[in-house]
Amino acid sequence: MDINATLIGQTIAFAVFVLFTMKFVWPPLINAIEERQKKIADGLAASERATQDLDKARAQADEELKAAKVKAAALIDQAKKRAAKLVEEETQRGHVEREKIIASGYAEVEAERTRVREELRKQVAILAIAGAEKIIEREVDAQKQSDIVEKLVAEL
Amino acid sequence: MAAQSNISTQSYINHHLSDMTVGSGFWTFNAGAFGVALILGVVFVLSFMYAGRKATTGVPGKFQCFVEMIVEFVNGSVKEMFHVRNKLIAPIALTVFMWIFLMNLMKLVPVDWMPTLFGVVGLMLNPDAIAHYDTTGYSYLERVMAHPWSYLTIAPTTDINITLGLALGVFLLIIGYSVYFKGVGGFIKELSFTPFNHWLFVPFNLILELVTLVSKPISLGLRLFGNLYAGEVVFILIALVGLWQLPLHFAWAVFHILVIVLQAFLFMMLTLVYLSMAAEKH
Repeated sequence: MDINATLIGQTIAFAVFVLFTMKFVWPPLINAIEERQKKIADGLAASERATQDLDKARAQADEELKAAKVKAAALIDQAKKRAAKLVEEETQRGHVEREKIIASGYAEVEAERTRVREELRKQVAILAIAGAEKIIEREVDAQKQSDIVEKLVAEL
Repeated sequence: MAAQSNISTQSYINHHLSDMTVGSGFWTFNAGAFGVALILGVVFVLSFMYAGRKATTGVPGKFQCFVEMIVEFVNGSVKEMFHVRNKLIAPIALTVFMWIFLMNLMKLVPVDWMPTLFGVVGLMLNPDAIAHYDTTGYSYLERVMAHPWSYLTIAPTTDINITLGLALGVFLLIIGYSVYFKGVGGFIKELSFTPFNHWLFVPFNLILELVTLVSKPISLGLRLFGNLYAGEVVFILIALVGLWQLPLHFAWAVFHILVIVLQAFLFMMLTLVYLSMAAEKH
């Protein structure tokens, strides 16, 4: 096989194919590849960011939960104290009320007793007067002898 | 094929190693090798252009993936080897790689298929071509193989014209890159003052550098040709051994898958190396 014009033809064909490739083949392919690479890189970066955001949100949620727990514990504590205080106060108030009721009861009983005694005195005086009337067989003028009756009542 | 008594082993081998030709003298074109080379080049650019047209930045199809794998591979090699910004270098590398790969791939077609097919077609369409040939006493197959179309070679890289043609293209590119990046003066200065930077050594340097410069494309073209031609000769010899050719051909073809890709890769890498040497200032 000798060297012949095929060599020149091949060189020209090579030049033509290279130029064609440079013009119509290479740019769209490499552009598509590079654009996709960029897309993928962006996507990866976005997912990285999302993961970080998620972590941050989780940490924040944890913190808030902890704070809420502390607050709730404080509230419960306060409520307990308040309840204890209320019970204490109520008990105190109950005591006072009882004392008061007892005292008023005593007073009432005392007043009743005084009244009854007064009544009894009057009755006894009437009885005494009736007795005395019988004894002296005459009508005692209650009006005239009222000083005596008064004296009698006072002595009872 | 060799079982035909009237076809000697030598003429069988010669038949396979010559090509169907058009023209005469220097202006002969090896129609088989060159035609197949052109067809493969067109197949390459059109299929890749189709992939480029259809290319989406979203989820790629299977063909697009395949094409992009090759483009990525070539692009990676270019980025690794060639550090100057240049928009011609990557298309050169892609064209060299894909075209040589496809041309080498044609070697996997069994050696007798295409010559027989073209001989048969030639005998049907153009029987006058063997009118000078005494057809009496020859079998049909012998007449087929006598037809000039049956000489067709379909593995272009087993033709030295094809490989040296590519190498010549690379040589012109080396000179073009040298002049483009260094200027004519810079290029001549580099040829004159390396490796010995003294004006007394200028003639010596020039001889040395010019030999280096010329040896680059020649070694490039001959390496590809030598590897592929030797492989082709072995394929032809295997085709001569009768029934045993089936397993032998299979084994050699499997081995050749490596050679096919490796030689295309080597040619591309060396082209990149030479061009980056031409482009970089020392």
